[in-house]
Amino acid sequence: MTMLNALAAISILYVFFLFAVAFFAERAARRGRGNWLHTPIIYTLSLSIYCTAWTFYGAVGSAARNGFEYLTIYLGPSLVLIGWWWVLRKLVRIGRSQRITSVADLISSRYGKSNLLGVGVTLLAVVGTTPYIALQLQSVVLSVEVFSGAPDGMANNQPTALWVAVGLAIFTVIFGTRNLDANERHHGVVMAIAVEAIVKLAALLAVGIFVVWGISGGVGPVLDRIDASALGRWEVQGGRWAGLLFLSAAAFLCLPRMFQVMVVENDNDAQLRMAAWAFPLYLMLMSLFILPIAVVGLDVLPEGSNPDLFVLTVPLAFGQDGLAMLSFLGGFSSATSMVIVAAIALSTMVSNHIVMPLWLRFNETRVSVSGDVRNVVLVSRRVSIAGVLALGYLYYAQSGGGAALATIGLVAFTGVAQVLPALLGGIFWRGATRAGAFAGLTVGFLVWLYTLYLPSFGSGAFVPESWLETGPFGVMWLNPRALFGIAGIDPLLHAVLWSFFLNTIAFFGVSLASFPSPLERLQGAQFVNVQQATGPRSWSQSGAQAEDLMVMAQRILGAADAQGLFLREARRQGLDGHLPMTSPEFLEVLERELAGSVGAATAHAMIGQIVGGMSVSVADLMAVADETAQMMETSARLEAQSRELTRTAAQLRAANDKLTRLSVQKDAFLSQISHELRTPMTSIRAFSEILRDTDGITREEQNRYASIIHDEAIRLTRLLDDLLDLSVLENGQVSLNIGQGVLSDVLDRAVAAALAHGDEQVLMIHRHRSREEVILNTDTERLSQVFINLIANARKYCDAGRPELSIHVEQIAGSVNVDFVDNGSGVAPEAQDVIFEKFARVSDQKAGGAGLGLAICRQIVSRLGGEISYLPGRGGAAFRVSLPLNQALAAQ
Amino acid sequence: MSGSPQGSPLFVERQTYRRRRLVDAARALPVLGLLLWLLPLLWAVPEEGPSASTTMIYIFSIWLGLPIVSGALVFAMRRLREPAVGDDT
Repeated sequence: MTMLNALAAISILYVFFLFAVAFFAERAARRGRGNWLHTPIIYTLSLSIYCTAWTFYGAVGSAARNGFEYLTIYLGPSLVLIGWWWVLRKLVRIGRSQRITSVADLISSRYGKSNLLGVGVTLLAVVGTTPYIALQLQSVVLSVEVFSGAPDGMANNQPTALWVAVGLAIFTVIFGTRNLDANERHHGVVMAIAVEAIVKLAALLAVGIFVVWGISGGVGPVLDRIDASALGRWEVQGGRWAGLLFLSAAAFLCLPRMFQVMVVENDNDAQLRMAAWAFPLYLMLMSLFILPIAVVGLDVLPEGSNPDLFVLTVPLAFGQDGLAMLSFLGGFSSATSMVIVAAIALSTMVSNHIVMPLWLRFNETRVSVSGDVRNVVLVSRRVSIAGVLALGYLYYAQSGGGAALATIGLVAFTGVAQVLPALLGGIFWRGATRAGAFAGLTVGFLVWLYTLYLPSFGSGAFVPESWLETGPFGVMWLNPRALFGIAGIDPLLHAVLWSFFLNTIAFFGVSLASFPSPLERLQGAQFVNVQQATGPRSWSQSGAQAEDLMVMAQRILGAADAQGLFLREARRQGLDGHLPMTSPEFLEVLERELAGSVGAATAHAMIGQIVGGMSVSVADLMAVADETAQMMETSARLEAQSRELTRTAAQLRAANDKLTRLSVQKDAFLSQISHELRTPMTSIRAFSEILRDTDGITREEQNRYASIIHDEAIRLTRLLDDLLDLSVLENGQVSLNIGQGVLSDVLDRAVAAALAHGDEQVLMIHRHRSREEVILNTDTERLSQVFINLIANARKYCDAGRPELSIHVEQIAGSVNVDFVDNGSGVAPEAQDVIFEKFARVSDQKAGGAGLGLAICRQIVSRLGGEISYLPGRGGAAFRVSLPLNQALAAQ
Repeated sequence: MSGSPQGSPLFVERQTYRRRRLVDAARALPVLGLLLWLLPLLWAVPEEGPSASTTMIYIFSIWLGLPIVSGALVFAMRRLREPAVGDDT
């Protein structure tokens, strides 16, 4: 009994010591003197919560039963840390950059801040961790029993378990929920764990050294002893060796408590760099003496003693009470540190993914009104911690603390590790979707439940015995121990194999088949490309009031921190006041800060309530889809538009030039036409005045004046006829006299008419009569008018010494071309496109007509269904009249 | 590797090259460890298997060696650290 009292005293002293360590670490951190708390060695030691009482006591038991198999539990994590460059490095960077608070938060945040997934992972973690906590309580109770010497009197020791649970709850509440500030770092807890890590390592090493050098007499003899024992041969099942290696590595990444110390409490890469080599060494030292202790224990202790307690019973058997006490403290440390961190991790998950969303739902309108949300969060955390420990205690009390508990360790590992596919897929594969993660988790969880967890309570407890024999309702391939009829595999291995296989298949398959939401794709890009610069923002510019956000932030972060954050952001935006603009950048910063306290999904929902509406803008989506492709497309479009604009501008310029020239010509024509009209009018007036006023005019003179008046009147009439003709043609009022005619006849008539009064210049005309035998169905009168005009033009304007005109006739595909080409200098290029306009005159010097001839020609030809054009580059002025052959004429 | 896009040059400074090979080594190390630790499974094939002490010495030697190599790599990487590392992860 004195022994037990001493034990109680030492335990209480030790607990006080831990409280003190945690308290001083916390105070140092708050006073800003906690730099040493971030040192890599503390981080490395805190990872040791992987070694729980289950491993502290149970490893020896496992070695005594199964030989080398216990090593796999340590080898897997060692490999994970040796391979830190693959997974851990990325994981902790994501954890830091996204302010991840738990493994559930990571999954929820990666898959579009889905709270459903957060709840799922939280439930999985609670189901997987509760038995584990029970296991720790059991180990403490068993170790106390060893000292009290009581037989397996469960009833007596229930109070021990209860007191341990209550004590741990108090410690965790005090140091685990002291602060709610960014990043969820718990310096006091981490420091206490680091101290406990040293205690348990020292205890195990001390027992090991005592066993090797104190009992066996050195390394050589102990190796001989091992070889001579029942464990003296290397006999492991290959499947279990490899399977457990994988399982422990997977669990190391996914266990909520491991995630808490490894990712959430991580502060910088240097910590990980040290842990990469130091933690495998720690694990190596932890497992170094397990086998010797097991062998010696089997050797020296009576048959039937519990190998799980060899670490305590072997020193006691040799009267080493002090060593046994140290060993007890080691086991106690292992148990308490695991429970503390697990409770913190679970309570964070429960409060962030279950309590806060519910609270938000019931208080939808109250997010931005004053009041302290921090209290809600803290209270929910504290209640969650108490709840988690209560669950663990109840589980322990219900399970009866028997051997059933001892096997639960690996069962829990398998359950929690179901998160692995979604976790790794989430950080390495952008194609992983929420639906896929949900499907994988659900399938994995159900298979685990069915094949391992429920049967682990013993046949008949949850799973009827007959199911394990012949399958449910006689369906053999659904047998929980032999799915799909594949029997004969170790049950654990069977469950691991099927749960991971089906989990991964479901995760991958559904991910491939489903389509992620915009937010999922944004988050996926940010997680997978965490090394690169920050990607697109998940908030678009909003009209949210910075004041509302301020009110909310104060309630979660606390007034001072929130004001500091807002002030900092306002300065960064270059503003003078205390409130920054609600830019997407600011919203993102704020969300991350809040996520560090209440988790990504809740933080997103809270900001969403204030900001309102959809948070992802089209521009963000474009950025996700493929920024480069979009940019290139836009620039190509712009280029095309710019080219088109250039073309249009050139056309407009040309049109403008033409209009200007036309306008100039019109002015010139107007003066010309008034001159043309005035000249004859002047002479008519003058001569008619002479005739009227002058007496004694001779008959001869009278005749002469009258004929002058007559000629001038004819000139006027011709001019007016032309104008009238053109106006009639343009208005489409002309009536055509359609008839059959031969082209050569028309040309003959035209040539004759055009050259009739040709006396000043002789024009040579070249024709190919054989080609002119073309029958036309047209108005030959009008056509010859066109030809006359063209020939007369040549006669008037051809400036060659010996003017010549060639008339070529050519039939091409349903139309006939009549070309009039002279040997003069032709029409100047700038005049070519206006010669067919009204009033256009090629040269001012030769005042022939009024400039209406070609305009009339064009109107006539187009009435006849053809077209007249100027042919540049033919050596002189060249006009082509193109007429349809045997075709319906253009509309009259 | 050969068709390196713009931004990652084909030839890098000697120091950068060293550093990248160190990262390669850090990546290969866990694979090596896994293979070495799975190797004992083959031992049992011919007869009834080697003695426990031999196996123990083998496994623990690797367990000592891997962290030492890993630590050496970390140390070497820090010595070769450059201001802005363009990791290709």
